[in-house]
Amino acid sequence: MEISLIVNGVLKTVHIEDENTPLLWVIRDILDLKGTKFGCGKSACGACTLHVDDEAVRSCSYPVKFADGKRITTIEGLGDRENPHPVQQAWVEEIVPQCGYCQPGFMMATAALLKKVPKPTDEDIDKNIINVCRCGTYYRMRKAIHKAAEIQTEKDSNESNMV
Amino acid sequence: MKLKTWFIFLAISSIGVLLALANSPKIFEYRLLENQQSEIYKSDDAYNKMMDVLTHQRCMNCHPNDNIPKQGNDRHPHYFGMARGEDNKGFQATNCNTCHNSENNKYSGVPGAPHWSLAPASMGWEGLSRAQIAERLLDKSTNGNRSHVELIKHMTEDDLVLWAWQPGVDAEGVQRTIPPVSKEDFKKAVEIWFANGAVIPTK
Repeated sequence: MEISLIVNGVLKTVHIEDENTPLLWVIRDILDLKGTKFGCGKSACGACTLHVDDEAVRSCSYPVKFADGKRITTIEGLGDRENPHPVQQAWVEEIVPQCGYCQPGFMMATAALLKKVPKPTDEDIDKNIINVCRCGTYYRMRKAIHKAAEIQTEKDSNESNMV
Repeated sequence: MKLKTWFIFLAISSIGVLLALANSPKIFEYRLLENQQSEIYKSDDAYNKMMDVLTHQRCMNCHPNDNIPKQGNDRHPHYFGMARGEDNKGFQATNCNTCHNSENNKYSGVPGAPHWSLAPASMGWEGLSRAQIAERLLDKSTNGNRSHVELIKHMTEDDLVLWAWQPGVDAEGVQRTIPPVSKEDFKKAVEIWFANGAVIPTK
C-alpha cells in the first residue's frame, strides 16, 4: 500500500505491506525521525504522542492507513534550536527533563493543548496532560506549561503588533 | 302423571345446575389461550434477552452514571483520569480519539468503532435496575428524543452498539468477552419487544 504523508511540512510517500502498521514505526524506522519514542505500545504512556492534522494522537496505536494524506507533526517539526516552539523554549528554561525519554511526547501533548486552550489552568493541565514520566518531572512540567503559555501569548502579541 | 313429569324435570334441572356450578371457571384457575401465552412470554423473553445485553460490560462501560468511562470486565474506572468532558468525548486536547480510532487496533489492543464516545449523561445506566434502564431508554427526554422506530434503528444498526459483538482483543492480546446473547438474537429481541408495545414487565 502506498501512503502519502506531509511530515513536518514535507510530502513523504511510503510503501508499506501492512496498512495497520503503527504510524510510530513508519515515522521512526522508515522516515528515520527518532524523536518520537516507543514507550508502552498500548496507548497508555504517551511517549509516542505526535500531531495528526494538529490533533495529538498516540502513534503506537494509530494505523498508518488513517494518516494517508494528512499532516503529521513530530517533535522535530515543532521547532528548532534557532526558532524553538514556546513549549520547547519553556522546557529548556525550566530544565524539565531528567532522563528525557518521555519528554517529546509531553511536549507534543502540551503544544496540542495550547492550541485549544492558550492559557490552561492547573485543572486543564491535569485533564489533558496525562502522559507518564517515570522520573516524576510533573512539577517542573506544570511550571513549564504555564511558562509556555506566557511565551506563546507574548509571541502572538508581538506578531499582531508587527501587523 | 303430571306430578311425576315435574319431579323428573326438577331432578334433571338440579343435576344440570350442580354440574354447571361444579365446572364453572374460577378466576384463580384462569389460563391464557396457548397463542396468547406464547405472545406474552415471547415479549418478556425478548425484554430479558435485550437487558442481558444492555447490562453487559460491553454496553454498560460506556453508559456510566458518574461521567467516568469504565474498562474491562471488572468495570474499573478508565485509566489516566479520562472522563466525559463537555461533548462526551473527553477533554480539549486529550479525548477519545487521542487513542481510540474507528476500528479495533489488534496491535495495541485499544478498542475502536465509529463515533467512539460515551453515551450522553441522560443515558447513564450504571447502578440502575433493568426496569429503570428501560424507562430511560423509552423516555424521549433522556433518550435523545428518539421514537421507538429510531430506537430500534439505533440499537440494531449503529456500529458503536454492534461493536459489542466485535470488541477485539485487549492490551494483553486476550479476546474481550461479548454479551451473552448473539447479535442476531439481540436484534430480534429488540424488534419483538418494541413490536409488543415495549412493555416493562415489572410495571
